[in-house]
Amino acid sequence: MSRKPAFAVAALSLSLLAQGVLAAEEQFFPIPSYRVGPYGANGQSFYGGFIDYLNYVNLKEKGVNGVQLTWEECETEYNNAKGVECYERLKGKAAKSSGPIHTMSTGISYALIDKTAQDKLPLAMMGYGRTDAVDGSVFPYAFPLVTTYQMQASAVVRFVKDKLGGNLAGKKIVYLYHDSAYGKEAIVAMEAEAALNKFALVQIPVAHPGNEQGAQWLRIRQEKPDFVVFWGWGVMNQTALKAAQKVGYPRDKMVGSWWTGSEEDVIPAGDAARGYMAATWNVAGKQVPVIADIEKVVYGAGKGNLQDRSKIGSVLYNRGVSAAVLSVEALRRGQEKFGKGRALTGEQTRWALENLDISEARLKQIGATDLLPEIRTSCANHEGSGKVKIQQWDGAKWGPVSGWIEGNKALIHPLFQASAKQYAKEKGITPRDCSKEK
Amino acid sequence: MNFFFEVLIGGLLSGVMYALVALGFVMIYKASGVFNFAQGAMVYLAALAVVGCMEMGAPLWLAVILAFAIMTLFGIATEKFVLRKLVNQPPIALFMATIGLAFFIEGLAPLLFGSQPRALDLGIVDEPIAWVLDNWNMVISKFDLVAAAVASLLVATLALFFQYTRVGRALRAVADDHQAALSIGIPLQHIWAIVWGVAGFVALVAGMMWGARNGVQFALTFTALKALPVLILGGFTSVPGAIVGGLIIGASEKLAEIYIPPVLQDLFGGSFGGIEGWFPYVLALLFLLVRPEGLFGEKHIDRV
Repeated sequence: MSRKPAFAVAALSLSLLAQGVLAAEEQFFPIPSYRVGPYGANGQSFYGGFIDYLNYVNLKEKGVNGVQLTWEECETEYNNAKGVECYERLKGKAAKSSGPIHTMSTGISYALIDKTAQDKLPLAMMGYGRTDAVDGSVFPYAFPLVTTYQMQASAVVRFVKDKLGGNLAGKKIVYLYHDSAYGKEAIVAMEAEAALNKFALVQIPVAHPGNEQGAQWLRIRQEKPDFVVFWGWGVMNQTALKAAQKVGYPRDKMVGSWWTGSEEDVIPAGDAARGYMAATWNVAGKQVPVIADIEKVVYGAGKGNLQDRSKIGSVLYNRGVSAAVLSVEALRRGQEKFGKGRALTGEQTRWALENLDISEARLKQIGATDLLPEIRTSCANHEGSGKVKIQQWDGAKWGPVSGWIEGNKALIHPLFQASAKQYAKEKGITPRDCSKEK
Repeated sequence: MNFFFEVLIGGLLSGVMYALVALGFVMIYKASGVFNFAQGAMVYLAALAVVGCMEMGAPLWLAVILAFAIMTLFGIATEKFVLRKLVNQPPIALFMATIGLAFFIEGLAPLLFGSQPRALDLGIVDEPIAWVLDNWNMVISKFDLVAAAVASLLVATLALFFQYTRVGRALRAVADDHQAALSIGIPLQHIWAIVWGVAGFVALVAGMMWGARNGVQFALTFTALKALPVLILGGFTSVPGAIVGGLIIGASEKLAEIYIPPVLQDLFGGSFGGIEGWFPYVLALLFLLVRPEGLFGEKHIDRV
């Protein structure tokens, strides 16, 4: 055998091996997304931002330490049954390597919480989902990251308190909420805050879908509250703003949850939305360096995910980027422990999400200041932050009107622990000992 | 007492908005005996067509005309591709076809005009009338009054159309019996195309009023939910019945939302409310037990 063919065979083998290695070093993201159906407009912006950032990391840095990011979307239409179907379809691919799964749906998250734990795949629920999963000793694979409905409500009350001169005693706050699990989640926090701060709390539910709120707003007019804390969803948001205008209630005395604070929530209400405020954990706009750079790098390369580029910089687009930033930072954290340049399994990503430490300095370094608050997670705290900002709609754009506000952790977190304990009892789960987790 | 009347009037005006949607159902049912499951989706398509045309640069009046043309074309296409094959089939087959149609429109409309929620400005401010507020301390919206006027005009026009025009009489004949209507020379295909076109026009009016009020978005399809109890009360075949049913449902649900929860809280403790989602259906159910054909519906008697 001459040397030439032997060399060729060796080169070919090496090349195939290299390809094999490269194929193995791909980090897969299962993405059960929604871009059509009732809430398709929200999903388009969020998942557009999410995928654009993954592409950005691939284009700019050639992946995370050389590990290319790959993904597959499956359309859920914000439907729980379809969400589960998508998960079942994608989990096979995720068995080898998996980034955090973002469903952007509390209902789908609830449906997947047991399944993901069984399949050892990490479920991220940024600002939504099952909130007692903050207690990671009971929910090792579920992560209600950044903020929960309860901590958010507490932060909103803190903001209102500041607005009303630092004292809520004797004041009246109306809690106007979507009459669903989502709307009811924050009641316990509002009641705890009312007891602590001695303000009168008036709870007014709105039946789904909330496209008619005449009676509720006439009642609000009668109650003459100092502020309205608003937990709306979908069409309920615009209807509330229009109804507030109709009864003459000032919009700058309304603060909503983050589900009520995107362009999609206020533009249909027209002028009625001017002055309205809502919680958020990411600012809107292209002034955030990484957002501007995504437009340049990703859309410049013709690889942008959005058909409608005007959505770049919107609240929900930036939130999608925010979720992707957090996910990619988790991969970096995981690779520090499990080996740089290696794709992470679901179990390893879970560890990474539980050991996140994203500082302001790091956010600045990657150009993501104000896309996320600082986050430090642990086994006992899967939320990692609990901070939000309040933003205000000026008729054309959202702008922040507060710094980071943290909910009252001492008041709220024990509520999660009690609820998680109850869940563990019902399901026969033995909680992990968080002091032994590293 | 002032508050009671404020809630009552607000409820009556909301009821007019429900009636606007219910009218579209009545149109189709009256002419074909079919409950059109796609009416809510048609409201969505019509409103999206208006804002879609406006985004392409058309002024409001032109956008409305173009949207009407789209809805008419849609009506003709529905007759040609969906209904023509189902002549003389049981009503359930036609009903099932409208379910399919609803899903088709819900997919097609955002594909054509985009799914982004948008505002529709008709130039009518949804603010209280200052004079009423100052003198009576009551909130009566200018927008709701305009909606009431539009609905009244629409009802009067449709009632006259059905009662006194040849086409109107032909529509009623078709509704009674497809085959009999065909046998006396009524062109069923034309009649169905006309009725779906008129239902499209009603959907356009409803879509514009609801769209101006809450924004043009997918949730417009949910307006159909509010129309169902209205139809049960008013009768599926009566145009004035849709208005009366709307007024009853609107007023009763608002009064119920305000006055029932405190009673329940006193009786059972806890927090109640949000009952206007189910209250109209309970009312309609009770009404069904007493008068199944609705207030103004045609009494159906089978002789054996």
